[in-house]
Amino acid sequence: MALDRWIALVLVGICLAYGYAAWFTMDGGLAPFMKRNPIWPSTFPKVLSVLGLIAALIILFGLEKSEVSEPDIDYRRLGDYHLGQALLLLGLMVAYALCLRPLGFLFSTTAFLILGSVILGERKWFVMVPVSVFATLVVWYLVQQVLGIYLRPLPGFFGG
Amino acid sequence: MLEGLLIGLQTAFSLQNLLMVIGGCLIGTFIGMLPGLGPMSIIAIMIPVAISMGDPSAALILLAGVYYGAIFGGSTSSILLNAPGVAGTVASSFDGYPMAKQGKAGKALTIAAIASFAGGSIGALLLMVFAPALSSVALLFHSAEYFALMVVGLSAIAAFAGTGQVAKALMMTILGLIMATVGEGALFNLPRFTMGIMDLQSGFGFITLAMAMFALPEALFLVLKPKTPQDSQDGEIKDLRITCAEARAIAPVIGRQSLQGFFIGVLPGAGATIASFLGYAVERNIATKEEQEEFGKGSIKGLAAPETANNAACTGSFVPLLTLGIPGSGTTAILLGALIALNVTPGPRLMLDEPQIFWAVIMSMFIGNLVLLILNLPLIPYIAKVLSIPRNYLIPFILFFTLMGAYIGQNNATELLLLVAFGICATALRFADFPLAPLLIGFILGGMLEDNFARSMQLYDGIGFIWERPMTLGLLVIAALLVVLPSYRARRARLRAQGVADGD
Repeated sequence: MALDRWIALVLVGICLAYGYAAWFTMDGGLAPFMKRNPIWPSTFPKVLSVLGLIAALIILFGLEKSEVSEPDIDYRRLGDYHLGQALLLLGLMVAYALCLRPLGFLFSTTAFLILGSVILGERKWFVMVPVSVFATLVVWYLVQQVLGIYLRPLPGFFGG
Repeated sequence: MLEGLLIGLQTAFSLQNLLMVIGGCLIGTFIGMLPGLGPMSIIAIMIPVAISMGDPSAALILLAGVYYGAIFGGSTSSILLNAPGVAGTVASSFDGYPMAKQGKAGKALTIAAIASFAGGSIGALLLMVFAPALSSVALLFHSAEYFALMVVGLSAIAAFAGTGQVAKALMMTILGLIMATVGEGALFNLPRFTMGIMDLQSGFGFITLAMAMFALPEALFLVLKPKTPQDSQDGEIKDLRITCAEARAIAPVIGRQSLQGFFIGVLPGAGATIASFLGYAVERNIATKEEQEEFGKGSIKGLAAPETANNAACTGSFVPLLTLGIPGSGTTAILLGALIALNVTPGPRLMLDEPQIFWAVIMSMFIGNLVLLILNLPLIPYIAKVLSIPRNYLIPFILFFTLMGAYIGQNNATELLLLVAFGICATALRFADFPLAPLLIGFILGGMLEDNFARSMQLYDGIGFIWERPMTLGLLVIAALLVVLPSYRARRARLRAQGVADGD
């Protein structure tokens, strides 16, 4: 089964779960005076769940024939591309999200930029490190001072 | 109208807003040149900056400048490297790149700049004429018609998605609408579908979603498959001048394509990309025999046509946004999201309630086009140096700006995890050829669609408004036709093709 139909299957699941929540779980707690309203909080979601289910089933059963287009990246041969790099970078982004608060903006960002380059194969440390440090400081200055949005600069235990 | 024009001029010519236009155009050109980063990603990255400025006119002017700059930058990389940064400029590489290979890169860039300038300026003139007319009609609309109009817009976006793609585009639109229902709506003050998670109380962040749908997959695609530009023109870009004869040759092309591009841009779902391809095809068909031979080998007409059309279409796409408050493309959807975040609701009332915003944006279009022509063109040889930044540095920075955009918008680290999760889903959807712009448009229109639906339901005490208001019914019929017709025609064509095969 092609990827688009697997995705359609997942979408059928999402629509069913969403529909279940809309049709069966939302109306119970509704205040009596709200029930006299022609529209309930669940009305629109109910419509959407039905429409979504129909569309997902059309894709799942391939009712609409499509021309096979030449994709930019063939997902069947993901191994031929730089998949490892992409996954490592995604992992790095998650790590950044988790470290941003506890370790502070300056350290996390410099580390993110350096490690990102390293993952992509860069080994010129004497260029990479100054560029990353400089860029981090510039962005921090712009966000903090010019835009006025607070970013904790230093790790929490430094009282930053 | 004259009064409005004056207000617009006054606002647009304030020092701050002039700097916004110039800055926006430069940033847009700079980033638009990088292969793989489209205008939607750039605008999404710029939104937190625009929102934190607090002034809606300045924000919209900045973002519109970035939009034009990105399209212009995209044509530069199409011409110099045959690596379009933006889908709307793919057609520009057909003739622009051969010209660059013949050593006429400077000339090609000038033609592109003049064509963009003319397309954008004529488009802005048309916008000045049509937008007020359309919004005075739209003032007669009721919430029932608004609801129907949004349904038409959403179905048109699905219908223009291409053969065999209607169901997928429709699915993505509905998914966007479904995601819009998560969180506490303005209508009922009840949290819905939050699964008890506090962070979902306010719904999904629009910037997070925009970043995850466009910027992140594009960056991941760049990592997975590095674009190898075909032998780049490392030589100097010189001789930017064009001759009188050349100017005469492209003048009618520019005139025709400005009009055609603008009206294609107005249609929801059809944008700069369709306009540029169609413009190229039309100009090739109506050219003389000898000129047709030239197309694809470095014809100046073949370069001027898509360049004019894509800029005119960009301007045209502002018509539904500013007059009806309905975005017809992913880019204008992002602009709409930014405006809503700034407490401005675009729509027919915009011109009456906040004329300074409306007219300042139109004025800034003229200024932006002028900036691109007289400021960017001479700077292009220097800006083009950005194309030689190694990707090992570029990609971590793109990813970092994506993260920052989502973080600044919400000031919440959970948002970053959501960003990565959605980004992975969006990449999978792109692998499977699901269009992502409809999802974002659905997400942004979702709240308004439900509000108008609920209001009409309350007014008519049920769904009677559908048949009691002829205009609503008419619009909904159009919407249904838009969705059904492409599949019906494809089916008939297939059956006919089968019939022929059987007959043999």
